[in-house]
Amino acid sequence: MTPRDLSISPGGGSGERAAARRPDGSQVFLTTKLDALLDLARRNSLWPFPFGTACCAIEFMSVMMSHYDLSRFGAEVVRFSPRQSDLLIVAGTVTDKMAPVMVRIYEQMAEPKYVISMGACACTGGFYRAYHVVQGIDEFIPVDVYVPGCPPTPEALLKGVVHLQEMIQQGQTHYQRQAAAARAAARGGADGQS
Amino acid sequence: MASREEIVASIRQAFPEGVRPVEGGDLPTFVVDRAVLPRLARHLKDDPGLDFKLLADVCGVDHPGREQRFEAVYHLYSLQHGHRIRLKVPVGEDDPVVPSVFGVWKGADWFEREAFDMLGIRFDGHPNLKRILCHPAFQGHALRKDYDPGQRWLLREGEQDEPLWARQPQEDDDHFETQVLNLGPSHPATHGTLRTVVRLDGEVITQAEVEIGYLHRCFEKMSERHTWNQVIPYTDRLNYCSPMINGVGYCLAVEKLAGVEAPPRAQLIRLILSELSRIMDHIVCIGANLNDLGAMTPFLYMYKAREEIYSVLEACAGGRLTISYVRIGGLANDVPADFVPAVRWLLQRIPPLMNDMEKLITRNRIFRDRTEGVGKISAAEALDWGWTGPCLRASGIPYDVRKAHPYLGYETFDFKVPIATTGDTFARYIVRVEEVRQSLRIIEQALERLEPGPIICDEHHVALPPKELVYTEMEALIWHFKLIMEGARIPAGEVYGFTEGANGELGFYIISDGGGKPYRVRVRPPCFAIFQAYPHMLVGHMVPDSVAILGSLNIIAGELDR
Repeated sequence: MTPRDLSISPGGGSGERAAARRPDGSQVFLTTKLDALLDLARRNSLWPFPFGTACCAIEFMSVMMSHYDLSRFGAEVVRFSPRQSDLLIVAGTVTDKMAPVMVRIYEQMAEPKYVISMGACACTGGFYRAYHVVQGIDEFIPVDVYVPGCPPTPEALLKGVVHLQEMIQQGQTHYQRQAAAARAAARGGADGQS
Repeated sequence: MASREEIVASIRQAFPEGVRPVEGGDLPTFVVDRAVLPRLARHLKDDPGLDFKLLADVCGVDHPGREQRFEAVYHLYSLQHGHRIRLKVPVGEDDPVVPSVFGVWKGADWFEREAFDMLGIRFDGHPNLKRILCHPAFQGHALRKDYDPGQRWLLREGEQDEPLWARQPQEDDDHFETQVLNLGPSHPATHGTLRTVVRLDGEVITQAEVEIGYLHRCFEKMSERHTWNQVIPYTDRLNYCSPMINGVGYCLAVEKLAGVEAPPRAQLIRLILSELSRIMDHIVCIGANLNDLGAMTPFLYMYKAREEIYSVLEACAGGRLTISYVRIGGLANDVPADFVPAVRWLLQRIPPLMNDMEKLITRNRIFRDRTEGVGKISAAEALDWGWTGPCLRASGIPYDVRKAHPYLGYETFDFKVPIATTGDTFARYIVRVEEVRQSLRIIEQALERLEPGPIICDEHHVALPPKELVYTEMEALIWHFKLIMEGARIPAGEVYGFTEGANGELGFYIISDGGGKPYRVRVRPPCFAIFQAYPHMLVGHMVPDSVAILGSLNIIAGELDR
């Protein structure tokens, strides 16, 4: 790992990294936060769970196949068990009948976990403004990246995954913000007691 | 084929009371008193001159203004004679009960359940009459005209429906307990959303039940809320593996009702793209089936072909998958200049990929051991369940709408209808492979006939005028405005249009009241009829076999649940 890799990850604020250098400029050690290091690993090895329900699942298959090949971005290890994956890709329409299943799968995923909502239906219900269709999965679970389209082109989903990777690095995903808020609250509570 | 008069006379003779023929319409239609329905159904099936062995569709229609508010509508087909009839059983709102015909045609099973779910018509004598598409916490009946289309009901965790038998433990004589196993609805082998609950004795499935509706997106309600042309994008999302075929089927049905016809060029392009879609569909079906059985490589090979078909579709319509390319009376726009060479290139490209796949699979020992004799169904049984399409042909019945009732000029093309006789998973695979080859043959012949010409008809009360005219001529602008704002003027009436979808007979039963929006659009999804037999086919097989059978039946949730 080069220092450059870490320097692009602010990790939560300035002044938390320090690199000592020899007089000739070469580096002897560096410090960073463990979280930043882990996020670097996490963002480059996402394990998606394809929650494919409808047309978008067909385009998701295209993304996995040789032509578009999501593995170029380090996210090819598709797992059909929520316990083995950290990225939930909701591809397709979610109905009221399916919603409890989706929530359960989300809850079964180990933390940290991220969610991509693929396609108009998953984002907003799409053009199914109807009696049996969830009007956007964010009614039930938090979403990190919305990928529009009906269905989105494979390029759009690739862009969505890359965008999620950037968000992970910058600590902007729902999970990371929640964790940061919890830490801050804990710190604040400790300060209050002292 | 018996003529309309002969059918009417034959039925009148056997049933002088309680059955009233209706004049006009596309099919011989009878209004049936519900008391005679069971006897009539039995007669229609068993009488050799009528021989209605296939129950194509059962649906309900709501007419709030009428004295007898609901109507159960049956579409029957005779493979031997090639004729069809429609039965209508009117019932009142206070007593919406119709005798079930499940005892005559097993295929009525899910269709009747759906009519109950959507309209609240009760089918007396049905063995398992409960909701099928909507979830158990749903209140009311969604396809009633007074149901607000936006009214949702929440389903909470733990409220899901469970088969009654699944809760009861069962012990056999040796005190070995059986086990209940749940597969899906989110399961890698279901390619979509389907839930199967099975009871296992050791490894063998002794009982199974299938739960669908996890992708019920209210197609039929939505199409009542949109103008005739606006329904086309919704049809794309029925069978999303071959969207073009659905759009063509819908538009042909509406055109039949409106009495217009697409110009020859549009028909040929529809045909070419439909056959390409059929190839795409079969590719995904075969590939996914093999993938589930553990053969990953063929899917990767065949997806290359699919990706190349996508690029042709994208050049024509701008979209890859859901292309919304068909319009009532023709097509949205003409194909690009390089369409013919691009399709010709596909014709060269797909056969080697298919050959590669076949070399890997068709004589493969593992594949054959896992598929031969698995999921066997006899021809009579398959027909009774209402099967059509490749799955029926794999059981030995050569029924193909393209041959039996040609549309789009299929009768002028030289192609064969491949059949197999064993009716097992392997037979369904081999039929699909051969169908891809036949589709390629059709496309090759169609390309040679493609002549320049208009791509949408001139009847502007239904078909959009060309865009250039809209910008330059007042009259065209008015037509455009009226069509977009009010919808096409389709004469009042009803029609049952049927085409050969990738999975079988795709029917559209359309009722127009003369307004700009359809009064009722009913889809007869081929998948739906096929999957009601699935739990019964599982009995006696093992869990891994269920995956092989499921893949070979080609589940498309969009079409199954609509």
